[in-house]
Amino acid sequence: MNIPADLKYTPSHEWVRVEADGTLTVGITHHAQDLLGDMVFIETPATGRTLAKGEECAVVESVKAASDVYAPVAGEVIAANAEVEASPESVNKDAYSAWMFKLKPANAADVAGLLDATAYQKLVESEAH
Amino acid sequence: MTDQALKQTPLNATHRELGAKMVDFGGWDMPVNYGSQIEEHHTVRAGCGLFDVSHMLPLDIRGANVRAFLRRLMANNVDKLQVSGKALYSCMLNEAGGVIDDLIIYFMDESWFRLVVNAGTAEKDLAWMEKMNAEWDMGLTLTPRRDLAMIAIQGPNAAQALNEALPGVDSIAANLKPFNAAAMGEMFIARTGYTGEDGFEVMVLAKSAPFFWKALMEAGGKPIGLGARDTLRLEAGMNLYGQDMDETTSPLESGLAWTVDMKAERDFVGRKALESSEITQQLAGLVLLDKGVLRSHQKVITKHGEGEITSGTFSPTLQQSIALARIPLGIAPGEIVEVEIRDKKLKAKVVKYPFVRNGKVLIA
Repeated sequence: MNIPADLKYTPSHEWVRVEADGTLTVGITHHAQDLLGDMVFIETPATGRTLAKGEECAVVESVKAASDVYAPVAGEVIAANAEVEASPESVNKDAYSAWMFKLKPANAADVAGLLDATAYQKLVESEAH
Repeated sequence: MTDQALKQTPLNATHRELGAKMVDFGGWDMPVNYGSQIEEHHTVRAGCGLFDVSHMLPLDIRGANVRAFLRRLMANNVDKLQVSGKALYSCMLNEAGGVIDDLIIYFMDESWFRLVVNAGTAEKDLAWMEKMNAEWDMGLTLTPRRDLAMIAIQGPNAAQALNEALPGVDSIAANLKPFNAAAMGEMFIARTGYTGEDGFEVMVLAKSAPFFWKALMEAGGKPIGLGARDTLRLEAGMNLYGQDMDETTSPLESGLAWTVDMKAERDFVGRKALESSEITQQLAGLVLLDKGVLRSHQKVITKHGEGEITSGTFSPTLQQSIALARIPLGIAPGEIVEVEIRDKKLKAKVVKYPFVRNGKVLIA
């Protein structure tokens, strides 16, 4: 299973990279794209939008189904990835480089509430049974 | 539902060996894809794909009155079947004119017709047919053939792959016209399918299925999951029971008027209801002009009122989203309608379907 140790995760299958400046880069995990299958449409949130923790903020659609992407913590969207909207299949190729949006967290301490790789792996395994 | 409770086809272990992603498909443990659904879709349009459709039920009906029974039970007229092996697509209606199921009827001889019914409706269909068999005192024997597996071989290279897998079979298969079948012992070969491509649906004894599947793969056939089966049938403009029609919808409002035969003076179940019903809706094709994906149950807004998408997907051949939608009568191909997707209203064009047949795009 492809779960990089240097990233944080959410129970709703987003990955989060904590950047040096404290901002967060967010995408969906390898496991999530595997469940959804071939991606055909992605809609990212508008820059400047303020999100509550767990708020629906992006949409990923595979041939099979549509799925929401949720804000891992509260914060403000400071960037959205236009390339991933133009090439949804990039999420299938490498879920961890195909980021969706960048977030400036409202409270830096909230990041501590995210799952680490070990905890996320356990969650995925438990959902498989 | 746990894995143990799911029903398995004779090819279950084969799918797992091939690394298929298995899903609960109406109580059956079935392959949704073996990797990329989109690649599988293109394989069927350009090469040869193999589908395990053993979850569908072949049903043999035998007895002296079988033609009379089906003439009364089916919305299409089995009197169109006069040559052994000929197939007919039909709806089976309830008294209210709703669709109990859509199915294929093969005429073998005057005392044997074979039906192939949907997996999810098989038990309901069987109960209904047994009830009518008794009520009309037909004295027929209905035999569900769960001892058979069914493999669909579809695509421009299907005939070649089938012949390579079963040397000598071309003496039968090559002469089969579309919508015809031939039986050789317990093997049953039909030139039918659900993809819009040339191809065959072959029934074999369950125990022979894994061997036959492997021979077809060695002959160039690629395994295709139910995911691509859905995008292929939707591009081909073929209805899916439970989505595009069901017991609450009329075939005349589901794009199936061509299958309801009112020409002959034939009393069939549902006819009276259909004749007295007012038709206000039609099934139409939609192509999404904006970016996004059409999905079933999305609301369609037209100048004559609202409608609903019954099946929607991303079309790998067209590289845009397509759908079948039940919309008010009077909306013609070429007109632009709106579809509600989440918080947006997106533009879609009404088109005449099928969207794709034999590898070619048919819509402008």
